[in-house]
Amino acid sequence: MKHTWKWKAAAAALALAGGIGAAQDALAQSKEIFVPVLVYRTGAYAPNGAPWADGFVDYLKLVNARDGGVNGVKIAYEECETGYATDRGVECYERLKSKKPVAVNPLSTGITFALTEKVANDKIVLMTTGYGRADSVDGSVFAWNFPFLGTYWDAADMLVQEVAKKGNLKGKKIALVYHDSPYGKEPIPVLEALAKQKGFTLVKLPVTHPGVEQKATWLQVRQQRPDYVFLWGWGVMNSTAIKEAIAVSYPRLQMYGVWWSGAEPDVLPAEMAAKGYNAITMGHSAEKDRPVHKDMLKFLYDKGQGTAAKKEEVGSVLYNRGMISAMMLVESIKSAQSKYGKRVMTGEEVRWGAEHLNLDAAKIKAIGFEGMVQPVKTSCMDHGGAHRGRIHTWDGKEWSYTSDMLEANQKFLRPMIEASAKKYAQEKHITPRDCSKEK
Amino acid sequence: MIYRETGQYKTTYEADQQLFPILQDRIFVLLVIAFAFGAVPFLASEYLFRAILTPFLILSLAAIGLNILVGYCGQVSLGTGGFMAVGAYAAYNLALRLPDLNLLVVFVLAGLCATVVGVLFGLPSLRIKGFYLAVATLAAQFFLDWAFARIGWFTNYAPSGSVSAPPLVILGWEVVGPVRKYLLVLGIVCVFALVARNLVRGAIGRSWMAMRDMDVAAEVIGIRPLYAKVTAFAVSSFFVGLSGALWAFVYLGAWEPLAFDVNRSFQLLFMVIIGGLGSILGSFLGAAFIVILPLALNQMPGWLGVEMSTALISHIELMVFGALIVFFLIVEPHGLARLWAIGKEKLRLWPFPH
Amino acid sequence: MNIFQQKWMTGLLLAALAVGALAPMLSGVAGFPQWLEVVLGGLMSGVLYSLVALGLVLIFKASGVFNFAQGAMVLFAALTLVRLMEKMPFVVALAIAALVMVAIAWLVERLVLRPLVNQEGIVLFMATLGVAYFIDGIGQIIWGSDIYTLDIGMPKEPKILLEKTFEGGILVSMEDVIAAVIAAALVGALALFFQKTGTGRALRAVADDHQAAQSIGIPLGRIWVIVWSVSGLVALVAGIIWGSKLGVQFSLQLIALKALPVVILGGFTSIPGAILGGLIIGLGEKLSEVYLGPLLGGGIENWFAYVLALVFLLVRPEGLFGEKHIDRV
Repeated sequence: MKHTWKWKAAAAALALAGGIGAAQDALAQSKEIFVPVLVYRTGAYAPNGAPWADGFVDYLKLVNARDGGVNGVKIAYEECETGYATDRGVECYERLKSKKPVAVNPLSTGITFALTEKVANDKIVLMTTGYGRADSVDGSVFAWNFPFLGTYWDAADMLVQEVAKKGNLKGKKIALVYHDSPYGKEPIPVLEALAKQKGFTLVKLPVTHPGVEQKATWLQVRQQRPDYVFLWGWGVMNSTAIKEAIAVSYPRLQMYGVWWSGAEPDVLPAEMAAKGYNAITMGHSAEKDRPVHKDMLKFLYDKGQGTAAKKEEVGSVLYNRGMISAMMLVESIKSAQSKYGKRVMTGEEVRWGAEHLNLDAAKIKAIGFEGMVQPVKTSCMDHGGAHRGRIHTWDGKEWSYTSDMLEANQKFLRPMIEASAKKYAQEKHITPRDCSKEK
Repeated sequence: MIYRETGQYKTTYEADQQLFPILQDRIFVLLVIAFAFGAVPFLASEYLFRAILTPFLILSLAAIGLNILVGYCGQVSLGTGGFMAVGAYAAYNLALRLPDLNLLVVFVLAGLCATVVGVLFGLPSLRIKGFYLAVATLAAQFFLDWAFARIGWFTNYAPSGSVSAPPLVILGWEVVGPVRKYLLVLGIVCVFALVARNLVRGAIGRSWMAMRDMDVAAEVIGIRPLYAKVTAFAVSSFFVGLSGALWAFVYLGAWEPLAFDVNRSFQLLFMVIIGGLGSILGSFLGAAFIVILPLALNQMPGWLGVEMSTALISHIELMVFGALIVFFLIVEPHGLARLWAIGKEKLRLWPFPH
Repeated sequence: MNIFQQKWMTGLLLAALAVGALAPMLSGVAGFPQWLEVVLGGLMSGVLYSLVALGLVLIFKASGVFNFAQGAMVLFAALTLVRLMEKMPFVVALAIAALVMVAIAWLVERLVLRPLVNQEGIVLFMATLGVAYFIDGIGQIIWGSDIYTLDIGMPKEPKILLEKTFEGGILVSMEDVIAAVIAAALVGALALFFQKTGTGRALRAVADDHQAAQSIGIPLGRIWVIVWSVSGLVALVAGIIWGSKLGVQFSLQLIALKALPVVILGGFTSIPGAILGGLIIGLGEKLSEVYLGPLLGGGIENWFAYVLALVFLLVRPEGLFGEKHIDRV
């Protein structure tokens, strides 16, 4: 017998590797709907990633604890740490895929880009509530992507609408301070088109990941003296931007963030000095007193089963957003069950459900989110379902709404979306579905 | 007893200089390759292919490239991620602009693009040495990261800066599904691992090692430092660029410069150090270790039946990772390849005591 | 290239840089006050880079270790301080944080450096990478991974000077000024410590020649603990300054990557090099980002610092003040 030792070692190594795989597969056979939760609770983006993840997981827990699952079918989930890195996100996705998930929420536009093609092959719904590719609103090309409740193009358009209310934008200057990643770059095409249309100048100021070095950026802001600064940051970049704005005396009143730059971790480090800073919301702010929050405390936190370290976190902006993201998923499953029966759903069935969502105000009130979610109606043509938002402003202590409801101008955006989706379809050799034939 | 080269006489120079001079090694390598091609596709689960085998093979190739530079030629580089990015974006642009080109040719050309860039950033190594060079290679890393994020042409003016690979078709063979991807990568890695093994034992490899051991002495005995260092950078960058193209096309599918940031460079450096500097086998072992370790650590609480939060797991992962690196450096600074060699020594005598 | 030529080249390079730095103003792209603001901002950042670089240089001089964990130490020190401050007054927390840094230094010497003595530089460097990961992990386990506000009473609002002379005045961030003063004081104190105390002399002896120092009875192990402690304390100060500016969070450790071009530009073994290098890098970074950035699409300061250092190295391979290295066979 030659090579016994090596063979043993090789066999052991393979068994170890195989064991990891087998352990995954064994769990896949169950009576539950499986949802992978891609999170980042460590690293540079943890302060923002953690509350979102807490909200998302808590809502799934709540549905299981309060309602006994979605129409009696429990939801199983597993967290996977991505660190907001694209390759780790793909790794998580591949790892959890063997558990037959129905939908995935990567909470990263970069990961969304990487997964867009994979989910279509794997028949898993890619839900990107408030982020992801703007052109994926077009469901004829992006059948599996669902950028619910608003895209960055919507946000860019609404922000321009808001500042336009304060006076004609002709000859004005708007600076976009953005995270130098697919996320930060998403709004640029729309802002450039709007600049042409409305006659303002757009100054683009990229900030390198993770965004702690912004002195030069804000010196440029001081020299260029833009009339408004739009902030498209994430994680520590947001709080740093606000602090640097203070350091160059840029008026916070003229600063507008996207909804990922308008939460507590962004303004708290600067506290009072951040007073007057604005951000567009996805229709919700830091509501704490809705029925869903009361249930959350009653069913989870009072029993010590909450995910967040402190129960004060329940109802913070990003926690709410995590909850809403999970709610959109649960409602999609419910919608699928209404057609296919109350059982464990497959990815394809949930996709149908997500495409035929119809949450009116009464329905939203019934599930306890009154006033936090705009009515959603999805279709093959529109995977977003809602394109509305309003501005909230930090008064040094808390966020409060300071504008009426805005609605993104779909007449303006739709041709851009379709053009971009068409380009993608050509690149990827996708034949778009005919939406008029979809039921 | 099991691993004895007694009785294997080399009667010609060719026999003495062949790729694997010892019969057992030859048999073993052939068996491993046969097993990888013949048996693994039927045995492994989909998860194993996607999450472990494919990334392991691609990163092994990059580790071989880095090992040529660091392990064989002694030039420490922290810019590996940048060169991988060059490979990835070169392949993207070639595939985009010359759609009829065979993908294998695209990959090789992408490697060559990385070679050119690598040589460019390798030239300062003639004047700068040691840590100064290591930090200087970070210039390449950060510059390339920036260039691919900022220069629109590289990403075909994709508004988001994220690009995605075209469908993988090689001579009518559609590379879809984990098994085919694995086979494609395995084939490429086997070929280039043999090329690397060949290079390092030849004249050029010996000149690299002379440069590493003492550059002034090497120069005195007639090795041109320019030639040795620049070829090391060139060959190394080719491997790294090729693996970058594979990483982007086969593993990620869609990517942005952040996928090739400085952490990737560190990760590859870990592979090379833990695997063993100056060893092709070590590159594979190091890559396997670094790919499997975090996954195993991640699964550990589940196996042990302990409930742990994701945050705690990833923090513990960081700690264990750091501690293991220090542990390895202390216990076995020559890496896993050295452990392997010790194992072979033992087998030479086993089961006899002497 | 002989020494004489090298001096010429260095002079030429510095002159070219000076022209480059002045160019935006001279060419009329920027007015004097704006230019001055950028220069001041750059110098202030530079002082902070110097501070972190100083920690690197101290360790490299005494133990030949290129300590990548410096950034992780900055983060750990700041996290320790800020979380302790929630429970106790600033001074007590500061003292405890300092003690923790000394303890870390002792542990690193015991567990990492001592077993690795006489290993190659690259191995030691890798070991500090491992230490960096370890400290990152344990720091977040003990202290959490949120953003924590560190308020030591730094003024946040800037001062506008000479408003009458120039339109818009010249903006000076008081926070930066105070930070720069603290950093400068620390650098001065360290220089005194090295020149005037017995321990300082022993440190310099070790830096010059490990073996010779050991043979005349200088305990190498203790010197290493002292040096790592000192650089731990430097990390604490850097952590306080940066933490109060940015909030204490994970990204603080990335400042290590900012200090790397500084040390190679200044020379690994030179304290004046670290100071001057920091100023040059800070200045170059900000000027390039503000005036060159818009032409190139922005976001260039990260690589510009490294490329600047690289250019210097091509002329002076051991950095501005690094020790001349003579190769012998």
